[in-house]
Amino acid sequence: MSKNILFLAHVSEAGNTLPKASYDVLGAALELRNHLDGHLTIGLIGADVSAAAETVAGAGADRILAVAGPDFASGRYASDAAAAEAICRSAGADLILAPATSRFMRVLAGVAHRLNGCADTHVTSLEAVNGELRATRWHYRQRIEGVIRRDARPWILLLESGCEAAWVNTKTNGSAGAAKIEVIPVTLPKAATRTVVTGIRSPKSDVQTIRPDANLLFVAGAGWTKKQADGKTHVDQAEPLILDFLRVTGASLGGSKSLVDQSGESQAVLGFMTHLNQVGQTGSTPRHPKGLSTCCHGEEPHVVGWRFINERRAVNLDPNCGWARGKADVLYVADAFEVVAKLNALLAQRSRTSPEPAAQGALVN
Amino acid sequence: MTNGYHIVVCGSVVPDPLQTLEPIQTPTGPALKNEMMLPAVLDPWAAHALYEAANLASKAAGSNSKVWLVSVGPKAKLQQVMMTIAQRVSFELVPVDSSASGFADAHSTAALLAGTIQAIPGLDRARLLVFGGWESASRGAGATMQLVGERLEILDQFQGVDQLSVQADGSFEVLERIEGGRHQVSVCSGPPALFGWATGNLPEPRNNPQVGMANMRTVMPALQRAKSVPLADGGLHFLSASPPKQQRQTRVVKDMSAEQIAQEIAEWIGK
Repeated sequence: MSKNILFLAHVSEAGNTLPKASYDVLGAALELRNHLDGHLTIGLIGADVSAAAETVAGAGADRILAVAGPDFASGRYASDAAAAEAICRSAGADLILAPATSRFMRVLAGVAHRLNGCADTHVTSLEAVNGELRATRWHYRQRIEGVIRRDARPWILLLESGCEAAWVNTKTNGSAGAAKIEVIPVTLPKAATRTVVTGIRSPKSDVQTIRPDANLLFVAGAGWTKKQADGKTHVDQAEPLILDFLRVTGASLGGSKSLVDQSGESQAVLGFMTHLNQVGQTGSTPRHPKGLSTCCHGEEPHVVGWRFINERRAVNLDPNCGWARGKADVLYVADAFEVVAKLNALLAQRSRTSPEPAAQGALVN
Repeated sequence: MTNGYHIVVCGSVVPDPLQTLEPIQTPTGPALKNEMMLPAVLDPWAAHALYEAANLASKAAGSNSKVWLVSVGPKAKLQQVMMTIAQRVSFELVPVDSSASGFADAHSTAALLAGTIQAIPGLDRARLLVFGGWESASRGAGATMQLVGERLEILDQFQGVDQLSVQADGSFEVLERIEGGRHQVSVCSGPPALFGWATGNLPEPRNNPQVGMANMRTVMPALQRAKSVPLADGGLHFLSASPPKQQRQTRVVKDMSAEQIAQEIAEWIGK
């Protein structure tokens, strides 16, 4: 039996395209449609979806549905739930694929309840076997991988970024095409407008240290704030060393729990490090092609946050730390203060002699 | 807000993060090897939610606020974890003796939580704030709280919350985590509302034996009364559950100077 598949997305903050992860999910939706001999509908939510719709017009969907208007500009639970519900009902989809953006992670489980369906998040791959869909996701914070199937329909699946090949419009060499959009009118009740999104706030840091698109993740552990060989702490030296490294490499900064927790325990801290930087079991699981750990022991609760870092290197004074036990490709037994200082000098020298900017990856946290 | 808040925190137990987790197959689906033997902790994000709830309740005008902790988990595990948690902040425990497995269905867990919240005597919806972790360290779905909110018909929901500030007019300013290490700022006119907490900004409260003694007067009877409820599979079927297979062959470099290491790392970064 053929399946109705809905690819659901919201417009990006820029308003003229979709978030990058959406095109990965569209690629997965198209592949699934082919495997299941199904029909694909695209559903879009935003203040104005016309420009974003044009970027996916060439995907070959049967329909493009949209809920649009000023009420749907920002990620608010009540309005996004109403919009997504309207699109899902109109599409009559069995399977609904969406990117695991913060906006959709907030709302789509609730939409599944309204549709009497089910939802699964953080899905890393999909497979159709004998007409049956199977999804892979992690449990216990990237420590156990499960393959699941569901009886209930519709089944909403939120896919992680970077796990599927992104759809590229090959018919028009990537350029946008004309989209025929069916706009679904949604009127919000007064109760759905009790919350107003007033803006976006960046962390108080002097520099933006979290860069989801960076090629490299640089993780600082608690060792940066501990006593060094001379019996003293050198936080004043650690801060510029780390910030210089981030500046010359364009890397994204992560921290271990023990380091980010220090700010709440009145210990010497790195001023730019917040809980938002925390990587690991109780932090984030960022996606970068490479990761460099410094002054961090590589204990399991931290390293589970490295599950999607492909190439891993670590600098630590302890040759028996967790990184040495099969968790890193290379462990340098050395003083991170010395190594990063030399590294900064070397990279700064190279950037002066090379016109090319630091390479940027394509994956999102 | 002169009457304070009724804050219901949803939070369960998870295996201590330092434990090795090994999946096994059981007739009812996957489980953890020696699950009942593993030391447990209150789920970290739910713990943050509990600390934030206690902090908000203590600051609310009129101090008429109350905090309930609704916890679904094996009774023995809940009792073990409460010995620690009950010493930190004041709350009334509403336990449900059921599975806290990371392989349990979020929809079934949410139905159980919502039903338990609705059955709390004297709960005032006009003052109701539902707190919980935005994800758990077990299932890690980030779905349960939304499902609880839908069942309670709460339309003002926030996930990845790091800050909740009560304004002079009784409205809330809420900071939710979004991509790129930023926060979305929203203003909600007031209760009822649901908040899935990230880490927040509060340190872990210190143990206070007096708080512990006061809590345990209600915690132990509540645990004894806790109903045992089987959790439905919700139509969720596991085809496999396995730990990651990848084990790297680590090259441990002990005999290179800082300069040589920097050179090697610089080349690796540039590739």
